[in-house]
Amino acid sequence: MFRVRRGRVVALTAAVALIGMTAACGSGDSGDSGSGAGGTSNEKPSGDILVLTNRTDIVNTTFKDYAAKFHAKYPDVNVKFQALTDYEGEVKTRMSTKQYGDVLLIPAGVAKADYADFFEPLGKPADLSKKYRFVDSSTVDGTTYGLATFGNASGIVYNKKVFKEAGITGLPKTPDELITDLQAIKAKTQATPYYTNYKDGWPLSWPYGDMGAVSGDKDALVKMSTNKAPWAAGQELNALNSLLFDMVQKGLSEKDPTTTNWENSKNLIATGKIGIMPLGSWAIPQMKDAATKAGTNPDDIGYMPMPFQADGSYQSPVGPDFNQAININSDHKAAARAWIDWMVNDSGYSDVVGGVPTLKDAKLPAQLKDFEASGVKFVEMTPSAKLDAVDKQSEIGLNQPDYYRDLVDAARGASGQTKQQIFDALNKKWSDAIASVG
Amino acid sequence: MTDIPAPNRESETAAANIPRPMRVRESGKKSFRQRLIPWLFLLVPLVLLITFTYVPVANMFWYSLTSWNGLSKTKKVVGLANYTEFFTRPDLYRVFFVSLYYLAASVLQIALALYFATLLSFNTKFKNLFKGIIFFPYLINGVAISFVFLFFFQPGGTLDTVLGFFGMAKGSAPLWLGNPDIVNFSLAGTSVWRYMGLNFVLFLGAIQSIPGGIYEAAELDGASRWQQFRYLIAPSIKPIISLSFILAVSGSLAVFEIPFIMLDGANGSTTFVIQTVKLAFENNKVGLASAMAVILLLIVLLVTWVQRKLVPEEEVDLS
Repeated sequence: MFRVRRGRVVALTAAVALIGMTAACGSGDSGDSGSGAGGTSNEKPSGDILVLTNRTDIVNTTFKDYAAKFHAKYPDVNVKFQALTDYEGEVKTRMSTKQYGDVLLIPAGVAKADYADFFEPLGKPADLSKKYRFVDSSTVDGTTYGLATFGNASGIVYNKKVFKEAGITGLPKTPDELITDLQAIKAKTQATPYYTNYKDGWPLSWPYGDMGAVSGDKDALVKMSTNKAPWAAGQELNALNSLLFDMVQKGLSEKDPTTTNWENSKNLIATGKIGIMPLGSWAIPQMKDAATKAGTNPDDIGYMPMPFQADGSYQSPVGPDFNQAININSDHKAAARAWIDWMVNDSGYSDVVGGVPTLKDAKLPAQLKDFEASGVKFVEMTPSAKLDAVDKQSEIGLNQPDYYRDLVDAARGASGQTKQQIFDALNKKWSDAIASVG
Repeated sequence: MTDIPAPNRESETAAANIPRPMRVRESGKKSFRQRLIPWLFLLVPLVLLITFTYVPVANMFWYSLTSWNGLSKTKKVVGLANYTEFFTRPDLYRVFFVSLYYLAASVLQIALALYFATLLSFNTKFKNLFKGIIFFPYLINGVAISFVFLFFFQPGGTLDTVLGFFGMAKGSAPLWLGNPDIVNFSLAGTSVWRYMGLNFVLFLGAIQSIPGGIYEAAELDGASRWQQFRYLIAPSIKPIISLSFILAVSGSLAVFEIPFIMLDGANGSTTFVIQTVKLAFENNKVGLASAMAVILLLIVLLVTWVQRKLVPEEEVDLS
C-alpha cells in the first residue's frame, strides 16, 4: 500500500517536473527561467528549508497545509516556518549574519543595490515577466532576485451599510463627491466617516501607495523621481495628499487622532462605526474576518477605487506585497527555489489573502469581484530605485507616517501650519535630495 | 556638618579605619596566584562588559564616521561629515527643546519623591502600604504603562471621566495627547508617575541609614520636623540627591520609551532618541544616527562633569 502510494507520488513529481520544464522551454530561451535558482538549476530539490514569514496569524494553519502539500510533491524537502511579528526589523538585523532562513521576504528597507550581496538570482526579467507580474520590483541591473507572494490593488475599504444609511447609492467619482458622501455619513449616521489610524501611522501612507490612481500612468513613480516639485498644484501627489488634508480639515475624521488603534479599527469598521479607510486590497479579508467575529455581516465590507477617474474609468495601482527571495548563503537553493515557484504557481495563496495573483494566467480572487465590477483598470506600477534613494536622502519617508501626521495635525488646526507650507517644505526637501542623489 | 555631636563622629571614623591596615598588610604578601584569583572571578563579568558594552560603543564610533545604510557590505568613510551635518541642521537639534519638559518634570519628580520619602520615614499610618503604592509603578513594564496611559488620556477616557466627577462639563476637557501644546505635559506627567518610585526608594534608603539617635537628640533640642529635614536629612542624603539630578538630566535628554510607544513621536513629541532611531531605521542613515548617538553620549558626559565641578562630592560623615 505504502509503496504503491509512493510510486504514485514519484510519478506525479516526475509529471509535474516535466510540465515545469516544458513551461520553462516554452517561455524562456536562456533555459534557467522556470525552475532552479541561478547556477543550481539541475540540482534536485532536497533538504530542510526554513521559510521566514510575516504571517504570524496563519503560520500554523494555512502554511502548515502548504508545507504538507509541498512535501507530498517533493518528498525530499521538509519546509519549516518561522513567523516574525516585527518582520521588517528582525530580518534586517538578521541579515547582518548568514542566518536569515533559506527563503525570506525581502524587507522593504533593503536597498536595491545590496540585493546581489544577499539574495540568489532567480533569472532574467525578460523571461520571468512572461509568466509573472511584478518582476521589475525586484530586478537590479538585469537580474531578478525575487518573486512576489501576491499583489495588492489599492482603493478604499468601506462599510456598505453605513453608506446605505447615509443614502448614498453610487460610488464617488471625484474627491469632492467622496467628501460630500462623508459629510452625509457624518450628518445621518453615528459613524466616524474616515478613520485615520494616525497612532499606528502606516495606514496613513496611502497617498503614496495610491500614486497612479489619479493619472492612470504606470510610470508615475519613475516620473516622480525626477520631478523637483511633486507636491506642487496639479501634480498627482498634491491631489492625493489634499484629499487626506481636506477630509481631516472638514472634520470628517475621528476627534482625537493620537489615540487611534489599528486592531480596534477593524472591529469599528465591521460594526459600522467607521465609514471608510483607504487601504490595500490585502485588508479586505481581515475586515471581513473582523465582521464575522463581531457577529455582523462580512458582506457589508466593500472595496471601492480611489475617487479619481482617468480616461473615463477608475484606476487602481497594483504593486507587489513582499517579494520572496533565496538567501545567498542557503545550502538548499534548489529546494528553496522549488518552494518559491510552488507558492507562486500552485499554492492558491493569493485567493486566501484576496490579492492579485503573481501568476499572470491566474484569476482574480472572489473578494475583488465587486471591485472589478466598478470598471476599475488595474495599473501595474513601474518601480523606481531612484525614487527610493531620493526618499531616503530627503528623510521625507513616503512610506513612513511622519509627514502625513504633520499634514493631519495641520488640517485639524493643531500645529498652526498651512497645507501650502507643508507642501513647500516637502518640495524643497525633495528637490535638494534629487540634486544630491544626482 | 558642624552641628553633629562630636562623640558620634569619632566613633564613626574609628569604625571606618579598622579594616584599612589589615588590607594593606595582605596586599604586600600576595603571591602570583593570589593576585590571579580576583581576575578569574572578574573574567566573566569583564567578558560580558566588553562584548556587550565596549565593542558596540566602539562600533558606533566607527559607524559615525561612515555613510553606512545599516546593511550594505561596504561602508564608505566620510570622516566627520555626519557631525558637521548634525550641527548645521537646526531641525536635528531642535528636538532638544522637548527634553526641557522632561527636565522640568524630573525636578518636580525629585521634589515629590523627597517629600514622600521624608514623610514616610517618620511614623505614619499605613507606612508600608504607601511605600508599596509609590514604588509600584516603577515595577510595571514601560510598554504596559504606555498603553494604560493611552487609554487614560483618550477623549472620554479615565482622566476625562474623573474630571467629570469634579464637575467638569462633558466635552470641555482638552485633547490630552491630541493638542500639541499639552501633549508633552501629559507625557512628562506619565514619566513622573513612572519614575518617582525609583527616586523615592533611593531617598528612603538614604534617610533610613541616618542613625536614629540623631533624631532623638534633635527632638530634645526642640527641632521641628522642617528643621530636622533641613539640617539633618537633607545634608546627609546630599550625594543621593546630586546623583538623582545627574540621572534626571541624562534621563530627560534620552527620553524614549513613553513618547515612542504612546505616540510614535507624533504631534511634536519627538525626542532626540526617537529621532535618532527614525533616522537609522526608517531612513537608513545609520552613519548620521550613530554620530547623533555619540553626540548624546558626549553631552551626558559633559553634564555629569559640570555637575561634579559645581557640586563636588564630599564625604558625608554623618551616616
